[in-house]
Parts: sequence; C-alpha cells; structure tokens
Amino acid sequence: MSTAPKIIDNGVDSVALTDARSALTEQPEGARFQWRATCDWVHGTHSASTVEGFYGLGEEHTHRRRFTFDADHPDVFASEDQGATPAEYVLVGLAGCLTAGVASIAQHRGIQLHSVRATVEGDMDIQGILGIDRDVRNGFEGIQVSFEIDADATPAEIEALVAQSQKRSAVFDILTNPSDVSVVVK
Amino acid sequence: MTAPASRSLRHLARTVTTVVIGAGQAGLAMSRCLTERSIDHVVLERGEVANSWRRERWDSLRLLTPNWQTRLPGHRYGGPDPDGYMSMPEVVGFISGYAGLISAPVETQTTVTSVRPAGDGYLVETNRGEWRCETVVVASGAFNIPAVPKIREGVPSSVTSVTPKSYRNPGKLDEGGVLVVGASATGLQIADEIHRSGRPITLAVGEHVRMPRVYRGHDIQYWMDAVGLLDERYDEVDDLARARRVPSPQLVGTAERSTLDLNALTDRGVRLAGRICGLRDGVAQFSGSLRNVCQLADLKMNRLLAGIDQWASETGKADEVPAPEMLEPTRVAKSPCLSLDLDRGEIRTIVWATGFRPDYSWLDVPAFDRKGRLRHDGGVVDLPGMYVMGLPFLRRRKSSFIHGAEDDARELCAELAGHLDRVRTRFAG
Repeated sequence: MSTAPKIIDNGVDSVALTDARSALTEQPEGARFQWRATCDWVHGTHSASTVEGFYGLGEEHTHRRRFTFDADHPDVFASEDQGATPAEYVLVGLAGCLTAGVASIAQHRGIQLHSVRATVEGDMDIQGILGIDRDVRNGFEGIQVSFEIDADATPAEIEALVAQSQKRSAVFDILTNPSDVSVVVK
Repeated sequence: MTAPASRSLRHLARTVTTVVIGAGQAGLAMSRCLTERSIDHVVLERGEVANSWRRERWDSLRLLTPNWQTRLPGHRYGGPDPDGYMSMPEVVGFISGYAGLISAPVETQTTVTSVRPAGDGYLVETNRGEWRCETVVVASGAFNIPAVPKIREGVPSSVTSVTPKSYRNPGKLDEGGVLVVGASATGLQIADEIHRSGRPITLAVGEHVRMPRVYRGHDIQYWMDAVGLLDERYDEVDDLARARRVPSPQLVGTAERSTLDLNALTDRGVRLAGRICGLRDGVAQFSGSLRNVCQLADLKMNRLLAGIDQWASETGKADEVPAPEMLEPTRVAKSPCLSLDLDRGEIRTIVWATGFRPDYSWLDVPAFDRKGRLRHDGGVVDLPGMYVMGLPFLRRRKSSFIHGAEDDARELCAELAGHLDRVRTRFAG
C-alpha cells in the first residue's frame, strides 16, 4: 500500500495514559487522588467556589492556575443570577467528564474526531426542594445526554465510544450510584 | 495388625511424583496426560468424581455447550443428540465414565487440608493421611465459593438470601417476590424459572455478555469455535485481566435451543433494574447505569456477530447458512427501578447470582497477589512444580469449559514433565 499511515490527533496523550495505567497497576497506592473545592458565601444565594490544589501520585499538586466558579440562582427564584445554579454545575461535570472520555477513548482506538457536542438536560420537580411534596426527590428525576459527533468512524464505532466513556466516567458513576457524603461543622 | 501400628502407617506420608487435587474434568484430563507420560500420580477428591456437578448445581441446569463439543482427551460424546445440552446427571455420568475409562488413580472422600512447600517439592495433608510429591496440580475448580457482595450484610432478616450453590428449584423458595442479583447465565436462568413459578422477579443487571443461542442456523458455540475465539490464547489478548473477569454469557441449554436474553425476560414480565449498588435502611439501591450496560452488551454482541459474518463470507460458509440476522436492541423501561424497600414485604428472597471464586484456604504457599488470586502464567504457578487448571481464560478462552481441559492439560503436563527433567538432571549432575 502506498498510503501513508494516518496520524490521529485528538490532542490526547494516550501513550502517557497507557503508561500511567501500567505504572499504577504496579503501585496502586499512587492511584489514590483527592479532589477539592472551597466555597465562600458572597451574598444571598450567590457563592464563589475555588479549585486549586489536589492530591495524587503520592503528593500534593496545584492546578496551573486557580479556577473560580460563581453559583447563584436565576431571577425566577428571586435571586440575582450571578452564576449557574449548583445543579447546572453537576450537568457541566457530567458533560465534561463524558466528553473527555470520548476524546481519550477515540485517541486510544485511533479514531479522528472533528467535532463533539454534548447536550445535557436534567429534569427536576422543585416541589422537592421547596418541601411541598415529600414524595418528590430534591435531585434530578432523570438526566438525558445527547451527543452529536463528527468523526472518521462508523456509527457503531461512535456508539461504542460513547458507551465506553460512560463505563469509565467518574461523574457518570457519581450520578448513577450512591456516594457516602459527610457534612460537618468545624 | 494392631491398632497403633495401623495408625502410625496412616500417618506415614506416602510418596508420589504428582498430586492432582480435584477429580473434575480438569484433574482427570491431567491424569490422562500424566499416565501417557508414565508419571506416577494420585488424584485427590474431597467427595466423589465430578463432585461440584453432583452437589453444587441447581436441578434444571444444563451445560452451556452442546454435546458435540463435550470432550476430554481421548473421549467424546457419542450419544444420539449431538446438538443437545447435558443435564447435570448426564455430565456426572460423562465425567465418571471417563474416570473409569482412563483408570484414573482417584482417592475419593479425601479432602486436602493443606499444601505447603517441603524440600524440593510439597507436602499435601488430607483427612486421610499425607502425601509427599515433587509436583502439584491444583484442579479444584474456579467456582467453589459464591462471591456475594458485602452489601448482603444489610439485608433485613425478613428476606432470605440464597446463592446458586445452595439454590435447587423455585419450589424450595418462599412464596412472594424475588430479587435476582446478577445477569450472567446463572442469574438469567434462575430468574426465568422462578418467574415461571409465579413469583414476581426483579433482576439487577450489571455488566453482562449477550449472545443468541443459535445464529444463522448454528449454535453460537459452533461459530465461536469456528472463528477461533475459543482457542484464543492468554498471551494474545489485549487485556488479560479483563478477559478473565468476563461473566458467563447469557445462554441456556434447552431442547428448543431458545435464546435467553433480557428482552425475553422483559416479555415474560420480569422487571429489570440496574446493578445493585447499595443497601441503606432496608432499601436496596440500583445503579442508574442500566441503559449503559445494556448498550455495551448489545454493541459487543453485534461486534461478535459481525466478526462471524465476516468469517463466513471469507470462508464461503455464508453460502451454506441463512442470511445475517440483526437482534433487537435490549429494551430498557423509561424509568428503570432505582430502589426497592426490602422491609415492605414485596421481596421475600434474594438470589445472589454474583459469581464464584476459587477456595484456596488450604493452599499454604506464597503465591497469591494482593487480591488473593493465585499468581500464575498460563497455569504455571509462581512456585516451582506447581500448576493450576480450570480457571477462566487460564490459557485459552475455553479454559474453564469441559472441552477446554484437553489442550491446557497437554501443555501444562509438558511443562510439568520439563520441570521434573530439570530437577532430576540437576540431581544426577
């Protein structure tokens, strides 16, 4: 064959990921990470959260810069709408996690991506958070994620990318399985 | 002979070159290969030949593999129904017959209580005396202890827990609803027959392997064999750890050769839930990942069938068989069940069809990894002169099947003979 081998570049260093997987299989204690955020109340329902440090590979790390996130509620909640709602941040987390997974798995499988868009919808009945009906839960009744993907791959291969990204996603797991949450006052 | 003398005789360790532990298909296949090489050995069996098949399986179980595939070194099914699937009494008959045919030196009712390194070999203690040997073959099976998740501890006392090892038939269960946890062959078969007995079923479904029983006119095992999947070797697969964890495919052996998948169970009224992921205050919680695990299984099945179609086209087999078939995607309810209050009385029994693990409690050797698995390379244990057989994907995808014992036994027996040669040459030199 005269065709040059196609270079697949989704901007993911899949060799580094594969190497990390091998290294951490040998040294599982290095795989223990801790992710952190701090949140300061600003005013009303407005809060400002910061993400900077995290722990992993046996030591402390800091992000390249400090990330900040304003959270608030919209006008219809009689709030000032200084940021996305916390529930929307959860949707952002899910979409970001699944999309990162799609890119990584595509790289690993030699699939060139051209565009990926995830649309996420979370349905919520606010009778729960308002305490109107105790049979209604506070959180999402259900979440729907819809991917539009343009890639050099068959529809079945694209389906498989999306299915595998759910299987390996932290946030998908967080949302679909219960987590033990402890909240204390210092 | 006086009593004290016979007691001391009994405590005198007997000596043999090889001790094989377990007289199931794996141990007997190895016995046959050892005999062919004139390596003196004994097969120690805690109960009777084919003990697990005799005592630790439910009444309706039949092999997942068709009769034509059921074979051991030098012996194969010769009955009138090559496309049928053996019942447990038939399996016991097949394996016991084989033990007689090859005159296997089996010591039944002999439970091994300890195996430990001693000198250049091993000391094997049993309830009927000790054996000293140069080599040991662990063929005690992969499916000894039901692997039940920790959350079982939270099950209310009003609900009875059973495992596939103790389950026999629906008639032995209380009336009322049943939660079956696990969607491998075992979970689906048990869910199906309990549901038919009139007890409503909720089935908790994690990752699973979906397959049609018959595809393009042939048993799926025919195709898996033909395309070379069953012979795929442990040193050829991408991710061996994952391959060894794959649950048994959703198959059942029936006279109708019918497919048993989640859609079939949904049609009969079984309710599907996600993987069981928690049990809090008497409430069972199910993962919201049901759609994902079903889609993963559908995609994998479609890849398997596409591979079969490709092989059939390339080899010309496609001309002899019906056209490719598309199976309906697994149907999942709009809002699958996410929790179930076990205190409400709706569920009376939980069947934990969550897999099995081997029992190595008697194996006192430094050859286990941090998760308690025996360290081995294709059955060659990380200790000189010790071998293991019959584990999932030990050397090949078929390793844990009856017909998988032959190739593994031949190769591991060759390894064992090589070890003996090396040791004996060293001593001679």
